Formats: sequence, C-alpha cells, structure tokens
Amino acid sequence: MIEMFDVWKTYPNGTNALKGINIRIEKGEFVYVVGPSGAGKSTFIKLMYREEKPTKGQIFLGGFNVSRIKERQIPLVRRSIGVVFQDFKLLPTLTVFENVAFAMEVIESNPKQIKPRVMDVLGLVKLKHKAKMLPSELSGGEQQRVALARALVNSPGIIIADEPTGNLDPETSWEIMKLFEEINQRGTTVVMATHNREIVNTMRKRVIAIEAGQIARDEQRGEYGYED
Amino acid sequence: MMSREGNTVMKIRTLGRHVREGVKNLGRNGWMSFASISAVTITLFILGVFLILAMNVNYFAQTVEKQVEIRVFMDLLATKENITQVENNIKKLPQVETVSFIPKDEGLKQFKESLGEKAYLFEGLEESNPLPDAFVVKTKQPQDTATVAAQIKNFQYVKSLTYGEGTVEKLFSLTGAVRNVGIGFIIGLGFTAMFLIANTIKLTIVARRREIEIMKLVGATNWFIRWPFFVEGLLMGVTGALIPTVMLTVGYYYLLDAIHSSFEASQLFKLLPLFPLVYQVALALLAIGAFIGIWGSLVSVRRFLRV
Repeated sequence: MIEMFDVWKTYPNGTNALKGINIRIEKGEFVYVVGPSGAGKSTFIKLMYREEKPTKGQIFLGGFNVSRIKERQIPLVRRSIGVVFQDFKLLPTLTVFENVAFAMEVIESNPKQIKPRVMDVLGLVKLKHKAKMLPSELSGGEQQRVALARALVNSPGIIIADEPTGNLDPETSWEIMKLFEEINQRGTTVVMATHNREIVNTMRKRVIAIEAGQIARDEQRGEYGYED
Repeated sequence: MMSREGNTVMKIRTLGRHVREGVKNLGRNGWMSFASISAVTITLFILGVFLILAMNVNYFAQTVEKQVEIRVFMDLLATKENITQVENNIKKLPQVETVSFIPKDEGLKQFKESLGEKAYLFEGLEESNPLPDAFVVKTKQPQDTATVAAQIKNFQYVKSLTYGEGTVEKLFSLTGAVRNVGIGFIIGLGFTAMFLIANTIKLTIVARRREIEIMKLVGATNWFIRWPFFVEGLLMGVTGALIPTVMLTVGYYYLLDAIHSSFEASQLFKLLPLFPLVYQVALALLAIGAFIGIWGSLVSVRRFLRV
C-alpha cells in the first residue's frame, strides 16, 4: 500500500514539481500515472523509491515512512520495490543471467537460491533460452523483459515503472504490458507512468492524471485523455 | 528480516564475493585498470629512484659527519689526577659518545706518522716531548659538536681544543640542506603520485557510475558497493608498487655490482648495501601504493553513492 499526504516537491532551482499530492494506492492495484511532460509524473514516481525527498508532506510505502527515513535505511525501502525504466538500465558487461542475479547478490541472498530463482523469473519473462547472452545481443523488448525480471527477482510487493514502453514499438509494448498484467494478477502492485494512449485506453486500469503538479483526475478504468 | 545496513559483521561469503568482484572488475575494465596500474608504476618508480638517491645522500652525509671529532689538549702542567678528573667530566656530558685519551707519546707518534718521510726532522723529540696530553671526543649527534666543545673549553686544565670550527658548521648546513631538499622532493613526488593515481581511478569509476546507480536502485547498501572498489583499488595500488619495487631492486643490484667491480669507483662512492635498503624502499612503495589505491577508489566512489 502506498499513501501520500499533502506532498510538495520544490527543486533547488525553484521549480514546484508537486503541489499538495494526496493519494492512496491499495495493495494489488494497477495504476497508470499520466499527464503532460514536465507536469510532475517523474517526480511522483521518484518520490516512491526515494530517489527524491519531498519538501513537505508524508509518504508511506510498505510499512516505511519514506519521507522520514534515514539515509542508511533507503536500501531497505528499495528492496521492497522493483523499478523498471524506459532505458532498461542493464549492465552491458554482464549476461542476461548475471544482470538478474546481480539484484539478488547485492542484497546478499543465499547463493544457493540465486540460480533457481533467476531461472524462474527468466522463465516468467520467456528468456530462459537467452540467459547467457549479453544485453547488446538482444532486441529492445527482450532487454526490457530482462529489466523486468531483475525488478521481480527479489519478489517485491510493488513494481514501479517509468515509461517502460517508451522506447519500444507497439507490438513489443503489448508483450511487455501483458507481462505487467500477469505480474499484477499474481498480487504485485503496479504503478506505471506512461505516455502510451493506446495501452491506457485498451488495457483499462485506474488512471491518475497529474497536471501542473496536482492531481487533475483519478478514475477507476479511466481513459488516457490527452491528444498526444 | 533482511540484514540491516550498518551490520558490521560481514558474512564470510559476502567478503569472498567482494574479493571476487574486485578481481573480476580489474579484468572487465582491463584498459582502465592498465592505465591506473601504469600511473602507479611510473610515479612510484620515480619516487623510488629519489628515495634511494636521498637515502644514499643521507648515508654519505652521515659518514662525513661521523668523522667530526673534538681534539682536547691539556695544559702541560696538569697532573695525572687532573687529567682523570677532566676525562670523567667529559664523560658526564650527556651528548658525548666516546672519549679516548691520547698520551703525549702517542700524540707524537701520530704526528710523526702524519709527516711520513720528513719525520726524521723531529728525531729525538721523545726526550723532551713538547706535545700536550690530549683527548679525542666524539658526540652522539655530530650536530652537538660545537656545544660540547664550548663546554669542554671551560674545564680546568684544558688548554685548547679544535674541531674544525667553521668548516664543521658549513658541513652541517650543507648536509642539512641536502636532507631537506630530499625530503621536500619525496613529499612533492608523493603528492603528485597520489593526485595522478586518484585521477586515473576516478576515470575508471566514472565509467561505471551506471553500475553503481543500478546497485543503489536494487537496494545495495553503500558499504556493499564500496567493498569491491576497495579491493580493486588495493590490488591496483599493490600491483603498481610491486613492478617498480622489482625494477629498482634489480637495477640497484647491478649498480652496486658495477661499482664494486671498479676499484676507483668503489673508493669514491660508498653506497648503502642492497639489504636492508630494498626492504625499506619496498615497504614504503607498497604502503604508498596500497594507500593511494584504496583512497583513490573510495573517494571517487563516494561521489556516486548519493543517488
């Protein structure tokens, strides 16, 4: 569960990215975050995994008060969240398997559990057969599936995705969206910032629209609502 | 519950992982590692050359300084008791290392020896030796010679003394200057080496900021991220120090060999023996290498930990 109470974010250069956000996202929900560029979507997403700190207000996420935690507790918050980016953020020198295993290694998982678990999630994203390849040998959609496998490997309760289909063609985008849907149906909360009108309007979910730093709309089974 | 950040007791297998990662990273970033190790090697080689040079200059200065001594001449009227009294008083001075008594007969013998062939001119002087009894005094610190001489001069029955007044002061200011220049040079080189190496290591880490960013995003603790860089920095520093150590040892061995094989050269240059010089230089270079390797890595990685 994610909750925000009167959250404000002002950047050092004076930009008011968010102005009084109140939101409650239940466990197991699937939420799209939409809105024009520069309206505060990215900031909203970054606050959740504590890449940014709110200037004012409270954020609760999976039992943590994210707005109040100490610097050294940040790793703990991040372990309960899986993050997926538009640019995949894979390590180019590691194989597919190693990229996914990396997320388990850095939280000091039992090495005996790493291999079976990594193969499991690679199976989920249908990339088991490419485990030994390097990211550069994969297509964009496959790379994003590796990134998704890495986000999932530590079984987080929440997946946060920042424009996960932004770099992909429509067909590949749908493959990725089906995976998100599948993950959501297994009980994982999904929060996804997106510009993809077709996806939002077809795969109907809750839509939160952020405009000029405020929540302009919050509808169950909502529409994209912008003429991109 | 997962292990907490700040958990200082590291799991053994985690330590193993950090060492493995550190070694692997050296290979993965092959060219960058090569560049860093080369920077360490070259700067530490130059530093090592100057270190050996400075130590030998110091050794030379010490040898020259040790030859400084005070000759104390007694009054001709002094009795045996007076002389013993003076000897005891000199020995009581805290800066004094050795006092040796040279009776007048011995003094004459030494004087004649110093004249060589012309010694016959003083034949017969043994009957009525005009020379006084004397002491040769050596101080623990050659620099104390003048102070000690001034004190002895005031003792009763001490007629006069010589210690190369003026010349000795010049010698000490020269050896002191040589030492200071040497130390200054080594410190300067040390800083240059540190700056150069830290900069090269910084470049290797900038190339890997993405890796650090991802580690942070998936919930790695800061120390988990630092350790492999620590190992890597240590390895680069130590490797970079081992190469010049071997080169300097071999080079110095051949230099000593060349000097010893020529009689004139071996009279002219009294160099420090191979041991323990190479141990000292090796220890200094390894310590500096390890320190700058680790320091350079940790300082550079710190900038990227604030994701």
